[in-house]
Amino acid sequence: MVETIKLSTLAIGASAVVREYPKQGNAFLRLREMGVLPGTTVTLIRTAPMGDPLEIKVRGYNLTLRKTEAEHVLVEPIAPRA
Amino acid sequence: MSTAPTSPGPARAPVYALVGNPNCGKSTLFNALTGLKQKIGNYPGVTVEKKIGTAYSQHGHALTIIDLPGAYSLAARSPDEAVLRDVLLGRRTDTPMPDRIVCIADATNLERNLYLIHQILDLGRPVILVLNMMDVAAQTGLVVRAARLEKELGIPVIPCEAINGKGLVELKLAMSRHDLPLSRHSWEIPAPIAPAVSELAASLVDNDQRGPLIARAEALLLLTDQDTVRVAGSRPLSARTTEILRSWEKRWQGQGTDWAGALVNSRYDAITELCTHVIERSAVKTGASVSDRIDAVVTHPLWGWLVLGGVMAALFLSIFTLAQVPMDWIGDHTAALATWVKHTMPAGDLRDLVTDGAIGGVGSVITFLPQILILFFFIGLLESTGYMARAAFIMDRLMSRVGLNGKSFIPMLSSYACAIPGIMATRTIEDTKDRLVTILVAPLMSCSARLPVYLLLIAALFPSAAVPVGAKVAIMLTMYALGTAGALFFAWLFKRTLLKGEPPLMIMELPPYRLPKMRDVALHMLERAWLFMKRAGTIILGISIILWFLTAYPKAPAGSTDSQQIAQSFAGMAGHALEPVIKPLGFDWQIGIGLISSFAAREVFVSSMGVIFNAESSEENTAPLRDALLAAKWPDGRALFTPLVCITLMVFYVFAMQCMSTIAVVKRETNSWRWPLFQTVYMTGTAWLVCLIIYQTGRALGF
Repeated sequence: MVETIKLSTLAIGASAVVREYPKQGNAFLRLREMGVLPGTTVTLIRTAPMGDPLEIKVRGYNLTLRKTEAEHVLVEPIAPRA
Repeated sequence: MSTAPTSPGPARAPVYALVGNPNCGKSTLFNALTGLKQKIGNYPGVTVEKKIGTAYSQHGHALTIIDLPGAYSLAARSPDEAVLRDVLLGRRTDTPMPDRIVCIADATNLERNLYLIHQILDLGRPVILVLNMMDVAAQTGLVVRAARLEKELGIPVIPCEAINGKGLVELKLAMSRHDLPLSRHSWEIPAPIAPAVSELAASLVDNDQRGPLIARAEALLLLTDQDTVRVAGSRPLSARTTEILRSWEKRWQGQGTDWAGALVNSRYDAITELCTHVIERSAVKTGASVSDRIDAVVTHPLWGWLVLGGVMAALFLSIFTLAQVPMDWIGDHTAALATWVKHTMPAGDLRDLVTDGAIGGVGSVITFLPQILILFFFIGLLESTGYMARAAFIMDRLMSRVGLNGKSFIPMLSSYACAIPGIMATRTIEDTKDRLVTILVAPLMSCSARLPVYLLLIAALFPSAAVPVGAKVAIMLTMYALGTAGALFFAWLFKRTLLKGEPPLMIMELPPYRLPKMRDVALHMLERAWLFMKRAGTIILGISIILWFLTAYPKAPAGSTDSQQIAQSFAGMAGHALEPVIKPLGFDWQIGIGLISSFAAREVFVSSMGVIFNAESSEENTAPLRDALLAAKWPDGRALFTPLVCITLMVFYVFAMQCMSTIAVVKRETNSWRWPLFQTVYMTGTAWLVCLIIYQTGRALGF
């Protein structure tokens, strides 16, 4: 069974594949257009000094989003390779 | 016979549009193509910059180039993006539809850059694709095969390093071609959506007078663009097309079809497919990039704040030290010019109008210039290096508490130096409402023109040398803190009431750090300064002349002193008329004149007080004026400038809107008199109310 977690709870430095995504809302359409789609691999780089927003790496570039948006994006963590 | 879009007649220079993501090197390319042959203005009715330049083809023919705002998608989220969309779709009445489009893509980040370009290929216009930053791509281990991309898309693809001028000749050659091909790239529109696209496209042709190719592109766009961002100057859709769109949306909603998502997905599928042929990643990936390593420090929980503090300290230090020299120079020379005119022209009203009205007015416009230039130099530097996005990233959490996002931070901070560049810098804020809120509160940040007023009043407050410097500094800092708190409070209030909107997004790219190209930074700085002169200059000059008139007329009998003249002038009358309103704050009519004259610039208060109280004083030595203030009395013999009145007056200067230059800039940036008027009323009203509370409470407590 596939275990999904919220993108906002992903560990710093960990990678994950985006699985589920809200259909409506301006934020999510924009995220999609920026290349964050179901099936895309993202890596959580860091959080801002005060813990929000988050910085992720997606398709080779760095993108920020707020925790309130990341909470609605479900991802499947990729086990770190040994 | 009308000319086909692909082969413009010799009578008119073909119009090229320059399109690309933010941070793809578009401005550098635009500057390289056009040199200084640029015209900067505004799209009528919207505050989006319109940049048009002229380049010359390899054969010496003139080419018109429109530099469109950077965007990630044709589906608009901001006025900038709406203008891009509307120009490309030919929806704007004030701008011709471009004949050809030059797309610029950052080769280091091709997939995301291609999203916008993929949408543009649908438009059915000839497109040239420029792959910029090929050198950086090679350094990071990416091999981008331009020839293969050219073959896949069927349009010219030109590898380029805009920053070194490499690839420019090839680009100009391509732009000189008469027979630019259309893209032959095709992609699959998801089956449930395809019939809607056809129906919408047909309706666009029949009811909205679109060409068949562009109709299909616009139909696709209507499905991802909720059309929430409408800007003035663009034609609305016909009722029939809107009706078709709504009925499809309703049907899909019923079926649970995620139409917008499906479209974006299939576009990205097509792009990913393209990229597998075009991009080769060399096997070795050498850990963290330079940018990642810089960010590890710059966005570090501890070092990040220190770096931010250091950058801001450097900014303010250079404004206060570097700007002072040219400002003094400008002040001296306008004064010298006025003196010269006084000696050469015959005495009379015309002479006074020239010296005191016109020269004084022009002087007050250009004394702002050094500060504005330095601030815009820094802002340009921060933007082109990539640090600006980091500052927004760090400050977002704090700004979100008042309902704004990190992008409002730099404009608000710049306003500590001067609200004018701060307000002009709000153009980077995408959301219209957030931008307006930032403009409305920015002048509450204590600007440098308030400093001389604070200094004079603090001197009057503590005339004895025995008072420790610490107390004076503490009062000064309190005034700055009060202004900042006011700005944050009103931002919070406006976001909750007047300009209620969705919480702003913070979906923002953190571009890789790059060395700034000084020529672009300098051009950006000069552009801004020119815009300020052009937009605000005439209004400021006009108000200066009115203010001069108010203090110079009606004339006092010959032989009167300056202070007698001002006392019986219109300004003096206004001061008297104002007295009942400001008496509850402890101010008399003479302070009233000072408040009115502050509209020229707040520091004018100091010189007005000098004239009114007959005290010779200079910036270096305020002691004579201070003593004159302390000697001033109400008619009944009470002291006028009591400590309580000094404090109250300082607080008035913290909150009141008294700067005509700011009003002029807000008028230009919001495109109406409504917002600057509202701003003047709410700020000055707050000043009055807060001062009333302070003064009356102080009196009740026996001060």
